[in-house]
Amino acid sequence: MPDLRGLYQDVILDHSRRPRNFRVIEAADRRADGYNPLCGDKVTIYLRLDGDRISDVSFRGSGCAISTSSASILTEIVKGKTRAEADALFGRFHDLVTGKAAPEGSDLGKLEVFGGVSEFPARVKCATLAWHTLKSALEGGGTVSTEGEDDEDVAAR
Amino acid sequence: MATAATTTDWTSDTPSSNPAAFDVRRVREDFPILHQTVHGKPLVYLDNAATSQKPLAVIDAERDFYLRDNSNIHRGVHALSERATKAYEEVRVKVQRWLNAREPREIVFVRGTTEAINLVASSFGRRNIQAGDEILISAMEHHSNIVPWQILCEEKGARLRVAPISDRGELIFEEYERLLGPRTKLVATVHVSNVLGTINPVREIVAAAHRRGIPVLLDGAQAVPHLKVDVQQIDCDFYALSSHKIFGPTGVGVLYGKAEWLERMPPYQGGGDMIRSVTFEKTLYNAIPYKFEAGTPNIAATIGLGAAIDYVHRLGFDVLAAYERQLLAYATEQLSQIPGLRMIGTAKDKAGVISFVLEGIHAHDVGTILDQEGIAIRTGHHCAQPLMERFGVPATARASLAFYNTREEVDALVTGIGKVVELLG
Repeated sequence: MPDLRGLYQDVILDHSRRPRNFRVIEAADRRADGYNPLCGDKVTIYLRLDGDRISDVSFRGSGCAISTSSASILTEIVKGKTRAEADALFGRFHDLVTGKAAPEGSDLGKLEVFGGVSEFPARVKCATLAWHTLKSALEGGGTVSTEGEDDEDVAAR
Repeated sequence: MATAATTTDWTSDTPSSNPAAFDVRRVREDFPILHQTVHGKPLVYLDNAATSQKPLAVIDAERDFYLRDNSNIHRGVHALSERATKAYEEVRVKVQRWLNAREPREIVFVRGTTEAINLVASSFGRRNIQAGDEILISAMEHHSNIVPWQILCEEKGARLRVAPISDRGELIFEEYERLLGPRTKLVATVHVSNVLGTINPVREIVAAAHRRGIPVLLDGAQAVPHLKVDVQQIDCDFYALSSHKIFGPTGVGVLYGKAEWLERMPPYQGGGDMIRSVTFEKTLYNAIPYKFEAGTPNIAATIGLGAAIDYVHRLGFDVLAAYERQLLAYATEQLSQIPGLRMIGTAKDKAGVISFVLEGIHAHDVGTILDQEGIAIRTGHHCAQPLMERFGVPATARASLAFYNTREEVDALVTGIGKVVELLG
């Protein structure tokens, strides 16, 4: 039986109640909007880039505890990372929340609290929305939807 | 007695409209799916507005059709085809009597409410809507009663107008009347809101439109499970509904249309069964309703719909409605006592749909935690995004009742919400 406490860990609840970097970066170099039309979750990611490196990152939006905390922790984790590092992190995070990799030894640090999501397939999209949006922002910006054609999370719905 | 009858006396009234006479435990025996555990807890199914569960009588009717009568309809001269055709057409008569339509030919079988509305948008719209015309809907429509009209308006250069609703979730009637103008060519509105549970004053809506010569389509998907619908009394021009919301199978629905409209409307889809004769030069269309029923329909599901109508009438529509009203009152009272819970939709006249939000907690999280308690509700925008915007919420949690739900299940919901608040509040 899936464990609710495993899904709603204290770190997740803390970030959903008091999201970090929850602000607009007025002078953002990049921004992208993410949207999950199935549940109405919305997130906007703002980036400042220093060459290939993320020098500042923030978000705004509304969503459930999982999507809000995921966006919040994302902003803490990717600050200072290069684009390639952020991409690689997303890949490993994706494997974690879809159950392809175990939290132990994933070397994901704080992101490991999302390991419980893999037991709740309907919630995978909540955890990955901010990451898809970050990816879009790094690629130049625009709008992403979890219902896009090339969405690899569709099967996880 | 909670079993299906093969024939139903449509003229006699129901045995009793005293809800005390209604034995919910016995009725639940007719729904095998209800007797299971989910995540180790007894299933509490409160997602009836999404789809209702099916009684054995319906499941058996579909199965029996495939076991004994399966054949295509309106085509063969052989015994099976005649039996299948007869059974299929009998359901049309059942629907006609159930809705109190004048004639069986006013009953068109479609895939569901969505297709019924698309049929009218496509067929009626093609013939009757021109550039500059207006179609009037309400602010509480399901996407299926918004998007087909948007597509039509875009094609024709027509304009979609929206009648506003109050904070309680009731149509503001004066505003609605004010929007009925010389350019209005059709009113399309919902009978019972799938999000708010509001029962719209459809007789008054229709009368106001008819005074100005404007036809009215009603989306009855959420009304038919809760209300006795009489299309002649309402006097609507079109009425759309789905079988699966009234304890019948998915994949079949009904468009009721007044014969004088259906006669004048062009076909919806072309194909077999909708024609009288075909040459490469010219095709003559079949009479109504067949003109609108191209291709082989979902015959077994239609037979199942007939069984569902029989089942509901056997239990007694008034008895079911009275029981459900009591259950809704109980649920409303219990839920209103939860601190931080805000109900979305507090109309005076309501059916068994309760939408709510919890302060500081997203509906999605509510749904996940309740699911762990074996409680099935719907969370999200309920295919009514403009309505979510109207109430300033991204999503709601929605519990929707059927006559097989119990007070104990409402209590389980209240306890479950307590756990949500404990965990996330």
